[in-house]
Amino acid sequence: MELPEKTDSSDNETFPPLISLQRLAISENGFVFDPVSGHNFTVNETGLVILRMLQKDNQLAPLLDNLMCEYDAPRRELERDVVEFAGLLRDYVGE
Amino acid sequence: MNSDDTMAEVQRKPWLKPSITPLRSGFLNKSGAARHMIWRDNIDGVPVKKLLEEFKSPLFVISEQTLRKNSDSIREAFRRRYPDVLFGWSYKTNYLGAVCNVLHQEGDLAEVVSVFEYEKARRLGVPGDCILFNGPNKSREILERAVNEGAHIHIDHLDELYLLEDIARSMERVVDVAIRLNFDTGYTEPWSRFGFSVESGQALDAAWRIASSDNLNLVGLHAHIGTFVMEPLAYKAEVKIMCEFMEEVEKKTGCIIKYIDVGGGFASMNSLQGIYLPPEQVIPSIDQYAEAICDTLLQFTHDRESRDCSRPTLILETGRAVVDDAEVLISSVVANKHLPDGRRAVILDAGVNDLFTAFWYNHDVSPSRQLWGRPEETVLYGPLCMNIDVMRHSVMLPPLNVGDTLIFSPVGAYNNTQWLQFIEYRPNIVLIDEEGEVSLIRAAEDLDVVTQQERLPQHLEKPYPKGVPRNFLESTK
Repeated sequence: MELPEKTDSSDNETFPPLISLQRLAISENGFVFDPVSGHNFTVNETGLVILRMLQKDNQLAPLLDNLMCEYDAPRRELERDVVEFAGLLRDYVGE
Repeated sequence: MNSDDTMAEVQRKPWLKPSITPLRSGFLNKSGAARHMIWRDNIDGVPVKKLLEEFKSPLFVISEQTLRKNSDSIREAFRRRYPDVLFGWSYKTNYLGAVCNVLHQEGDLAEVVSVFEYEKARRLGVPGDCILFNGPNKSREILERAVNEGAHIHIDHLDELYLLEDIARSMERVVDVAIRLNFDTGYTEPWSRFGFSVESGQALDAAWRIASSDNLNLVGLHAHIGTFVMEPLAYKAEVKIMCEFMEEVEKKTGCIIKYIDVGGGFASMNSLQGIYLPPEQVIPSIDQYAEAICDTLLQFTHDRESRDCSRPTLILETGRAVVDDAEVLISSVVANKHLPDGRRAVILDAGVNDLFTAFWYNHDVSPSRQLWGRPEETVLYGPLCMNIDVMRHSVMLPPLNVGDTLIFSPVGAYNNTQWLQFIEYRPNIVLIDEEGEVSLIRAAEDLDVVTQQERLPQHLEKPYPKGVPRNFLESTK
């Protein structure tokens, strides 16, 4: 079996692969559809901001930097909630 | 803070936990309405935050105002409908001294079912003749004391009857007694393990035995048809059966029944698990219970005066309906989790060891601040390292932060008596009086309290008399 082609985010297992995130159809009000897995789900306002950011870059550290600029919360709290969000995202977004 | 910092603070938005909600079709929402629109930041005007700063979380809070108001409205509902009514406070429902004395001050007798409850009532200052003594386990010692102190003894079984007769004979006294009856009302499961069966004739046998005794005198009949009884007609049937038995027993044995104690079992505004309709739709009002009981009693006793025989005193053993909504439990969020099935889970600092009734009620849960964000199905777990520790299996709540507080209600009945010291210390209980003053009425446990009754034999005083085990993190070569 061939190993999947290495991408720039292959060393990042926190989030689904960038290619999977980029194929998600996301509406303005937070409705998300994954055309590969067939899953659909909704995200709240913050989840929508995170998903949009992840479609550009799925690395944790820059994501947290961006969120720090936008939201009034300690980095530790942001990281904790984003890590949990990522865990759910892995369940709903296919490879 | 300089002006740039201020600008940065102003521009940053408040953080709301990100959430994902899977879309599934075909499932009904059994979790009820979302709780984010309703919040409660004070109890009787005392801020929840202030209560927790002083008394810590978790915390039970009792409202004296609600307790007295409930007691008053129940009393009024019955006294409007029957001329001679007395109430016995059911100690097992909540025997905190402060709660008992609020209700004694309102005029309640003490309804006790054990040596402990009897002794507690006496220690609180309740005279013996203000005690209704129920229960199947009354030893010779406590019966002797109860006879000496004039308590109203309700006989549960023949062995108690013979024991009591022996005590009365040895004291050369004639003791007024009541017998507990059991029967089928057609509405509730008969509690046939308590008292004497009317249908089988046991109750009449017991009455005959008392009538033939030189030392016992049958003056009362007692029954208790169930718990959380949601059908007032069950009480109608109960009173009818008791009145018919009263007539029969008076006619056959010549005794005169002075009181009928119909027990309790009225439902409170709580949600029993498995019942999908909200309590407001299924729980009868106190007036409905009062009407069912008093109308039937009046109907079946109207001709007694013509026979030169007064109507019996009606006694009610109220508990849950009086105290349940007078108490809340405040608990704080310890952690958030997501379960593998996608449901959100919250770990609280209060568990089923504190809130025993979580096993059979879906308590109302209100946050103490307005919650923002989309409500999701959430499981509320307690802090115990046990799988059974679930405070709510499913409730719709927006995201919660660590340290947020939730208020469980109503919790006044059967928690502060059935709770367990299990794994965790039990918390403080405070009472807010009618002036808004807060008093600690039961202090939280600590190690000294929990271990006070333990004794260590001399050879077990040290955990490692032969030296401590090796540090298992150090490598063994």
